[in-house]
Amino acid sequence: MRAKQRLLRGLCAAAGLMLATSSLHAAGQYGPGVTDTEIKIGNTNPYSGPASSYGINGKVHAAYFAMINERGGINGRKINYITRDDSYSPPKTVELVRQMVEQDQVFLLFATLGTPPNMAIHGYLNDNKVPQLFVATGADQWNDPKHFPWTMMWLPSYGIESRIYANYILKNLPNAKIAVLYQNDDYGKDYLNGLRAGLGDKAAKMIVATQSYETTDPTIDSQVVALQASGADVLLTAAIPKFAAQTVRKVYDIGWKPTHFLNSVGNSVGTVMKPAGLEKGVGTISATYIMDPTDPQWQDTPEYKEWLAFMNNHGLSANVTDVQAAIGYSYAQTLVEVLKMCGDNLTRENVMKQAASLHNLRLPLLLPGITLSTSADDFDPIKQMQLQKFDGTTWKLFGEVLSGS
Amino acid sequence: MSESLPVGAAGKLAPIRASVPNAAKVRWPCNWPWNWPWNWPWRWLAGAALIALAVVLPFALSNYHVFTLTQVMIYAIAVLGLNILTGYNGQISLGHGGFFAAGAYTAAILMHRYGVPYWATLPPAGLICFVLGVLFGLPALRFEGPYLALVTLAMAVAMPQLLKYFDTWTGGQQGIVLVKPLPPPGLGLDRDRWLYFFVLAVLLLAMRLAANLLNGRTGRALVAIRDHPIAAVAMGINTPRYKTLAFGASTLFTGVAGALAAIVVGFVAPESFSLFLSLSFLVGSAVGGIATIGGAIVGGFFIESVPNLANDVSDAAPWAIYGLAMLLFMYLMPRGLVGTLGPWFVHAMRKFRSARGAPK
Amino acid sequence: MHQLLQQIFSGLAAGAIYASLALALVMIYRATNLVNFAQGEMAMFSTYIAWTLVNAGLPFWGAFLITLAVSFLGGMAIERIVIRPVENAPILAAVVVTIGLLLIFNSLAGWIYSYTLQEFPSPFPDRPLFGALMTTRDIGVIAVTLVVLAVLFCFFRFTTTGLAMRAAAQNPESARLCGIHVGRMLAIGWGLAAAIGAVAGIMVAPALFLDPNMMSGVLLYAFTGALIGGITSPVGAVIGGLIVGVTENLVGTYLIASQLKFTVALILIILVLLFRPNGLFGTAIVRRV
Repeated sequence: MRAKQRLLRGLCAAAGLMLATSSLHAAGQYGPGVTDTEIKIGNTNPYSGPASSYGINGKVHAAYFAMINERGGINGRKINYITRDDSYSPPKTVELVRQMVEQDQVFLLFATLGTPPNMAIHGYLNDNKVPQLFVATGADQWNDPKHFPWTMMWLPSYGIESRIYANYILKNLPNAKIAVLYQNDDYGKDYLNGLRAGLGDKAAKMIVATQSYETTDPTIDSQVVALQASGADVLLTAAIPKFAAQTVRKVYDIGWKPTHFLNSVGNSVGTVMKPAGLEKGVGTISATYIMDPTDPQWQDTPEYKEWLAFMNNHGLSANVTDVQAAIGYSYAQTLVEVLKMCGDNLTRENVMKQAASLHNLRLPLLLPGITLSTSADDFDPIKQMQLQKFDGTTWKLFGEVLSGS
Repeated sequence: MSESLPVGAAGKLAPIRASVPNAAKVRWPCNWPWNWPWNWPWRWLAGAALIALAVVLPFALSNYHVFTLTQVMIYAIAVLGLNILTGYNGQISLGHGGFFAAGAYTAAILMHRYGVPYWATLPPAGLICFVLGVLFGLPALRFEGPYLALVTLAMAVAMPQLLKYFDTWTGGQQGIVLVKPLPPPGLGLDRDRWLYFFVLAVLLLAMRLAANLLNGRTGRALVAIRDHPIAAVAMGINTPRYKTLAFGASTLFTGVAGALAAIVVGFVAPESFSLFLSLSFLVGSAVGGIATIGGAIVGGFFIESVPNLANDVSDAAPWAIYGLAMLLFMYLMPRGLVGTLGPWFVHAMRKFRSARGAPK
Repeated sequence: MHQLLQQIFSGLAAGAIYASLALALVMIYRATNLVNFAQGEMAMFSTYIAWTLVNAGLPFWGAFLITLAVSFLGGMAIERIVIRPVENAPILAAVVVTIGLLLIFNSLAGWIYSYTLQEFPSPFPDRPLFGALMTTRDIGVIAVTLVVLAVLFCFFRFTTTGLAMRAAAQNPESARLCGIHVGRMLAIGWGLAAAIGAVAGIMVAPALFLDPNMMSGVLLYAFTGALIGGITSPVGAVIGGLIVGVTENLVGTYLIASQLKFTVALILIILVLLFRPNGLFGTAIVRRV
């Protein structure tokens, strides 16, 4: 039985080799998962479970690639996008990614979502030299091309954003007493640590109170009250939309008037400021890199209108208020751009090489002036953000495009 | 003492049924395959055939499928552990994901910080979980039904928070990345297949131990406590002792499964052990068959593969499909696959053999 | 001192939210002896129905009443279609069915309404009270919870249906012999629980904002509240919910880092329960041999 199997495997391999060599002559060099007509891309997203609000990313990618395929694909190759639900559970991610790499033979993994799931597959993908391109997490540690040359990030790291706030505080509010509210995981802690790093040796003196919440907490009222009691006059909130909105409202309701810095993860006009009560968020400061689709100032731009038409044409009209949908759209555009740059040389080595040579790539939904750049020793494409202040209806950009490094 | 229970020939359902009041309702336990009413050559042949299949299978499958089967067996061990407590003893636990996590982190910390070889982490993981289980079992003696569920739920909720809080040991949110163990040289097995056989050996051992524990006096005492606590006390069964024992034995199995999961996946993080994991174990236990040993394997298959199948059916709402599968399964087989088909099969075998005039 | 007061009052406001869902859990437990894990998700789904109606232009209280009616019928239908087949199966089968329902409702809501955060209008004005210790909205939630409590209390105490329902849950065989239609009682119990859940969801949504995972955290707290009060007692559920809300805040502020506040609060509650295994207001389950 085993002999038979071995024979079968041998035959398959021979056939595969013949196919591979013939296509080599036909078009170019291909890695696994690429043919003359198709590029297979793998992805995991939480479509179920507590993190399911992020699942919109995968849905938008799929819709965008479908649109690219309708228009003829990339150099004549259609994208075969395989996206699977890992429920944000690392063991499941390992299993699904192994399935996609070993069974489905995907060319690369794209925008796998979440820090713990990506941690779980980090070693496996790098050992097997499979690109883990544009991970969908903003933790600082992913930019490490020396040790993990197959992993590249995309989002501006949370630490960079936090350092931008720290610089602003040092410059404009040198005597601030800072309170921090953060989500009790790597994402929230990156903001806290970034702030500490940005404040330098003044951190211990300036940060007077920290409070954290779990995503399963129904409310954060108690934490806000405790922070107010610390006597702080500056508040940094590193929270997802639901808790960001609750914070803006509670801070106002208890009559606390700190200078409020709100993280970019939860600063959407439509899903944070409006539910909280527009008048309650006046004066809040936040950094951003992407156009918030619910902010009236962008809604007349051609870029927004194109995105809106795309969303409506692909059955995603329920999500047009979700900034995640704009982020997912930009992710997909970046990948398409990199694949175009690869031309007919679609090997895993070349795709990493091309991804590492982005030079001021402009995406429609990024803020004016913000671009993507990478190099062989810098795998963090977006490093700039701009500060903005809420005026009761919209965010008003101010100052220059900043970089936190 | 439990000697007062009528003791029949091993492998027959009748004595257990007779020992339990409310007998009409109790068609289980059915300790498949140990209580099948067939004689030793057949029984051993069937067992040998199953084990032979399990041994040959990984060579016919791809690495990915071998890895998946390994996961199935790990879940089966955890479900088996839960079944001792919930199926046999009637104590519903919502916290076994917490014990699974405790086992996994014990193994991970021992391997990562102290360089303990992977196989040597199983006994300490089991022991720690046994102690934790007994500690939980003691207050649990005072609680019943939903109150017990709350106490165990506290375990499931607290565990990820504690893991994040004591981050110098646990690596916090980042978790611990483990080096996957190398297969012993000379066997010609790759890493996935070696781990498969390692886990298979642990699973068989666990099933054997569970059968020894549950098919004798202890098992009958546990079932008696489940079905009629007051009558059980009246019969002289030491209820607190058996209940605590059930808790400890149950968490021991689950802890060992957790350690195996850490070894096989090579990564632990608080996210791996959400409350949903505890619910999954309950689902596995009910789907496989309450108070059956073989049912644990069915349960392992269910919680491992049905979510994937659901995802194949629908990207948009995978959990809806998974939930529907649960409803359908419980609708068709309220006692689980083995719990429903097992007695039917036993009955059919009896008929078949009496038709052939075989001695009973 | 001011902080202590504020922590207590925001604990009460949160506690009222837990209490409102805890009432639904008590309702279903009294009617069917079952803890319904899907209670929170059913309440969330009802809230989405109300949200759809309000967005379609209905006045708030009109949408409220329609949602209650729809939820009542929906709850009855679920009992008839999904729960009845496992009525005589082991209790674990019923538990698994409610877990299945939890997944279905969560997933369906995400599919139909998306996971984006939605605003939900509050029927109460939003003004600070007592020197910003509370808002009028919090008072409104507490008031509605108390009204539901009073209705429930009267229902079980003074109506024949309530009495019959208690009998049907405690001893179905004897109840049947007394001429009680046990099946109908179970269905009504599920319907009422679903309607109470809908009230909870509609009260909670303006405070927590509406999304498909709105209730998954709340259910945990409501469950704890219902148990500390005694799972059979509506009054206990409300007091239990408030106790959980306040305890958690005080533990998080004065005892330990906020990361562990729920863990420590749970341990405290379990310690209390060791001395009162049936909760503060629950009645002991009497068994006969």
